[in-house]
Amino acid sequence: MSFLEVNNLKVEFDTADGVVSAVNNVSFSLDEGKILAIVGESGSGKSQTVFAMNGLLDHNGRASGSVKFEGKEILNLPSSELNLIRAQKIAMIFQDPMTSLNPYVRVSEQMAEVLVHHKGIPKSDAIQQSINMLDAVKIPDAKNRIMMYPHEFSGGMRQRVMIAMSLLCHPKLLIADEPTTALDVTVQAQIMQLLADIQKEFGMSIILITHDLGVVAGNSDEMLVMYGGEVMEIGKTEHLYSNATHPYTQGLMSAVPRLDDSADRLVTIPGNPPNMMLTPVGCPFSPRCKFANTTCSSQTPVLTKVDNNDHYRACHVAVEDTL
Amino acid sequence: MSEHTILQVQNLKVNFDVSSEGDMPWTKAKKLQAVNNVSFDLNSGETLGIVGESGCGKSTLARAIVKMVPADSGKVIWFGNDLLSLNKSEMRQHRKQIQMIFQDPLASLNPRMNIGEIIAEPLRTHYPKTPESDVKERVKDVMNKVGLLDNLVNRYPHEFSGGQCQRIGIARALILKPKLIICDEPVSALDVSIQAQVVNLLMDLQEEMDLTLIFIAHDLSIVKHISTKIMVLYLGNMVELANSDDICTKPRHPYTQALISAVPIPDPSIEKSKKLKKKEGEITSPVDHPSGCVFRTRCQKAQDICSIEKPEFKEVSSNHEVACHFHD
Repeated sequence: MSFLEVNNLKVEFDTADGVVSAVNNVSFSLDEGKILAIVGESGSGKSQTVFAMNGLLDHNGRASGSVKFEGKEILNLPSSELNLIRAQKIAMIFQDPMTSLNPYVRVSEQMAEVLVHHKGIPKSDAIQQSINMLDAVKIPDAKNRIMMYPHEFSGGMRQRVMIAMSLLCHPKLLIADEPTTALDVTVQAQIMQLLADIQKEFGMSIILITHDLGVVAGNSDEMLVMYGGEVMEIGKTEHLYSNATHPYTQGLMSAVPRLDDSADRLVTIPGNPPNMMLTPVGCPFSPRCKFANTTCSSQTPVLTKVDNNDHYRACHVAVEDTL
Repeated sequence: MSEHTILQVQNLKVNFDVSSEGDMPWTKAKKLQAVNNVSFDLNSGETLGIVGESGCGKSTLARAIVKMVPADSGKVIWFGNDLLSLNKSEMRQHRKQIQMIFQDPLASLNPRMNIGEIIAEPLRTHYPKTPESDVKERVKDVMNKVGLLDNLVNRYPHEFSGGQCQRIGIARALILKPKLIICDEPVSALDVSIQAQVVNLLMDLQEEMDLTLIFIAHDLSIVKHISTKIMVLYLGNMVELANSDDICTKPRHPYTQALISAVPIPDPSIEKSKKLKKKEGEITSPVDHPSGCVFRTRCQKAQDICSIEKPEFKEVSSNHEVACHFHD
């Protein structure tokens, strides 16, 4: 039994223009103490996948399939039951730390609330624990700064506050949804270092959602590549970087400009991202794929094993042909 | 200055007045030095990349060059004319030759105009007597150039994806056949696979139309790709200026070195073994600059002299300028 097992997860939204399927048949599993990166461009369904797991979909969203956490089915549980799992066992941090914090409430109140609510401990103890946690995420002068309001912190410091808050109940799984996208590259390096340190210290698992392949390279054990709501390829990070066999993963990896590379032109993936309003037929990447054939545009490929390194991909084209 | 120099910026300074919380109406406003003594030359056909963290003054610098924000002192010499001393109508003559592309592709397009109107607008503004058939022809022409089908001319911005909107922005900048295009974070809002398309397009157009570019971004790996030379800004001050390869392979200022080591490289074997050049803290407030060197509060090499004397921005090897007392 895996620590976290997601099977055939499907997310659909009812909109005025019809049903949009944002996530299609996503399956993956995660072991304790591992970091899984979910990579994809905007609209690929990476955020909606984890929102569905946590019961955070918008009111017009529906999730089906199965999400098993420590052997227990948690998909579509009522909030009363989910609340016992959320924050205590699964915590989440978001992209924009300013909009995730309440601007009218002191950080001390916001942090203590988590412990008072979930653990039922007295407020003074809760504040003391919060201060310790701010120390742990390396916020200097935590004792005084905890009395401040969110706007008195810089972007990087706010993200540290968010991380501290998410760790208060010592969760077993931390979901980080683009935690560094809104930050400068120097601050990004600090925050990723902090997450790595904390992951070791607390021994938790992390799902890291990002579009930045550089961040994935240094900070994950496994990676899952999504496009148009579907899983394209999944495998161990180090293995996948040198052995990507899915045309989309290959394209994505060569499209990233590298500082240590002096090629004159960037390799591009022609075309535009898919319009999620249209029900996809066949492989969602086929309109942009240079290897696409008639099967690709009519049948949806399923995840199949590539080699014995836990490496799977969904593609009709033979592995040899894409190398 | 060589004969090919088309733009010379000399000691450009931009200050903003800011009031802080709790100030009384009569309290004297504090000065925020957004751009401080920036000077550079730009030759025809070159691309100058400007990098730095948010709040370092890169966008303000770009805007000050085209007088979208007023500069406090300094000179912006464009083909021998100091733009800062020109009045509005004189400035308009030069505006045709300097165009801008902005970060948010959708927000910079008027949602109530179709893209034909959007692209034609600069032409209609600057050359109001152009016959309608010529305008249509030019719009079609420039749309083809940026890779948009010309039958989309009657569509509205919301019908396009981010990458296509940025192409529309580029088409609008190109229609006047400018000499200089200032690109302010033109690809930061785009997905990786679309970023590469837009960067390649800009490089192709540059060659084809003999354009000079100023390319602002916070992503050093993209800037390196497109630029001939790169300027690194910190708190409005130039800290390093050199050829793009020199900056990336032999950075000499501690800030540039830290910036480069923070850029993640998409390769697990490199990334996981990489030791970060520790740079604690974040960019400090631009209102109260530290005395002496602006970077000293975060610099590992800082010594006493750094807080007393501001390092001069000087050439340390050929075409490589640095402002640091202890540069490599």
